[in-house]
Amino acid sequence: MSAGGLTQGPQVVLPEPAVDAGRGTRAGRLSGRAARAKRRLSNPWASGIAIVLGILWTIPTIGLFITSFRPESDIRRSGWWTVFGNLFTGENQFSLENYQTALYGSSTNLVQYFVNSIVITLPSVIIPITVALLAAYAFAWIDFPGRNWLFVAVFALQIVPIQVTMIPLLTAYVDVGIAGSFWTVWLSHSIFALPLAIFLLHNFMKDIPSSLVEAARVDGAGHVTIFFRVVMPLLVPAIAAFGIFQFLWVWNDLLVALVFAGGTPDVAPLTVRVAEMSGSRGGDWHILSAGAFISIIVPLVVFVALQRYFVRGLLAGSVKG
Amino acid sequence: MDWLLEAGSPAQKFGVMAVAILLFVVVMGAILFAVDRPKRVPRWVVAVGFVGPALLGLAFGLVYPGLVTIKNSFFDRSGAEFVGFDNYVTAFTNEQFLIVLRNTAIWVLVAPVLSTLIGLVYAVVVDRSRFERFAKALIFLPMAISMVGASIIWRFVYEFKPDQPGVQQTGLLNQLLVWLGLPPQQFLINQPWNTVFLIVILIWIQSGFAMTLLSAAIKAIPDDITEAARLDGLHGLGMFRYITVPSIRPALVVVLTTIAITTLKVFDIVRTTTAGQFGTSVVANEFYTQSFRQNNAGLGAALAVVLFILVIPIIVYNVRQLRLAEEVR
Repeated sequence: MSAGGLTQGPQVVLPEPAVDAGRGTRAGRLSGRAARAKRRLSNPWASGIAIVLGILWTIPTIGLFITSFRPESDIRRSGWWTVFGNLFTGENQFSLENYQTALYGSSTNLVQYFVNSIVITLPSVIIPITVALLAAYAFAWIDFPGRNWLFVAVFALQIVPIQVTMIPLLTAYVDVGIAGSFWTVWLSHSIFALPLAIFLLHNFMKDIPSSLVEAARVDGAGHVTIFFRVVMPLLVPAIAAFGIFQFLWVWNDLLVALVFAGGTPDVAPLTVRVAEMSGSRGGDWHILSAGAFISIIVPLVVFVALQRYFVRGLLAGSVKG
Repeated sequence: MDWLLEAGSPAQKFGVMAVAILLFVVVMGAILFAVDRPKRVPRWVVAVGFVGPALLGLAFGLVYPGLVTIKNSFFDRSGAEFVGFDNYVTAFTNEQFLIVLRNTAIWVLVAPVLSTLIGLVYAVVVDRSRFERFAKALIFLPMAISMVGASIIWRFVYEFKPDQPGVQQTGLLNQLLVWLGLPPQQFLINQPWNTVFLIVILIWIQSGFAMTLLSAAIKAIPDDITEAARLDGLHGLGMFRYITVPSIRPALVVVLTTIAITTLKVFDIVRTTTAGQFGTSVVANEFYTQSFRQNNAGLGAALAVVLFILVIPIIVYNVRQLRLAEEVR
């Protein structure tokens, strides 16, 4: 999920996790599991490594999270870990003041950028998914001349880093007179998403039994009807999987927004503003900590709520690098 | 109609957004309605209706600008004069850019290997343990956090306060040094180790990705193979070395190459932490600096093309490995 670009490295359909795949007899599986569980518990090294890594991975976030609720003077004076030592002395003060300042303070005003992030993200998710669904359908189910090599060409476009496209695109936007508006950001995100989206959705489309589509055709349905009545309902999980990817990618993106939206408060999303604050107000941790969590919270909630689809998409080889 | 381009208030912005989505729905609806006449419309027209919008977008947004950039990389900073390979010569000989290339090489060598290793070890040790779901979530969550957010989280870990009496360190890492009796360090400024501390941020983000894919691959190893190995006396590290790793080799290649490509294009982390100062710049960051800060379009274009060329061998390797894996099957 970097600002790198579209290149999805490898396209592989990994084997589905065999969690539910019933292998052998139930009893055999259970005894196998029991044996493993026993082995696992009896290996203190494994547990030790797991615990150490788990703690290492969590502490940085917890540190900044606790900091975001501490008063500015405390943040400057002492480390966040002193909070635990002061737990029973009553010296700790926690408040939402940092969030108040970051969101509504005249010099930060993150609430405005929060709106921008939402306005940028929604169309940038809806448009590419729709366009890609139609294209993927045509590549999978409509027989037209040049279909195969066109599909290979779209597939190959995934390796183009978006950096390669930026200056000419920006020039084109300036010529048309839409530079620095939401339209350029929507358009850019939508186009950059297409190769991966078409490839991924095409994979899922191919899995639909052709008898279903044939039957609908025999009944006299046109492609548009088949697309909406037969294919779409079956693709909901795939759409959800790619939708989350695209959502996280757009919301967390810095490069596209920086280049096409510029630094203007009217268009720039949270990432641009928070990155800018990190440079210009690098020592103001009361604002930075709150600002970071304001920009993190939405993707985190979406991610936790829809993790199941995300993992499925990941395992289907849809990784935007 | 100015508000469509210069929306100011939140209401106007949401208004523009609604207009955009509505416009899109209307256009797509019109196209589909036009081609939805079974038997009266030739098949190729239907195909154009379905594929046309996507191909148009790709041609305008990827193919055409890509070609223009390749052309620009042979022109000077304003794009007026043809300079041959001068931009590339600069990128590969100038001292400043040699540091950029060296950093990029370090990133690509270190980040994928360590992320994959950590992801693999973690996937193995938590596999089928009682807390597997929770344990995985801990490593997994950084994937939802933007690189900007992650950079700020880690900048706080690296925070430095001058080593004076009465001044307490507020960055965790420096406090650890102080507790150990060592002087605090400016982790993001002291060369050449600052690049390593930036790489740590990417490893922190990417390990969850590696763990997820590798964990799925490990679970797909047939039980009879591990059972047979166990009967032959393999345990612990032996099992890991001779059964687990060879069985998931294709997945390992996928994970390594994917993270390598992400690493090549890493921009946000460098931009947010040091903005490429103190000898930490990488190709993707230098592209941005040259193109949009130094206004050197030619050099920026050359750097973008270098990025493009660096990605290709990784993908070729990946595709060849996949072919091999399929033949074995």
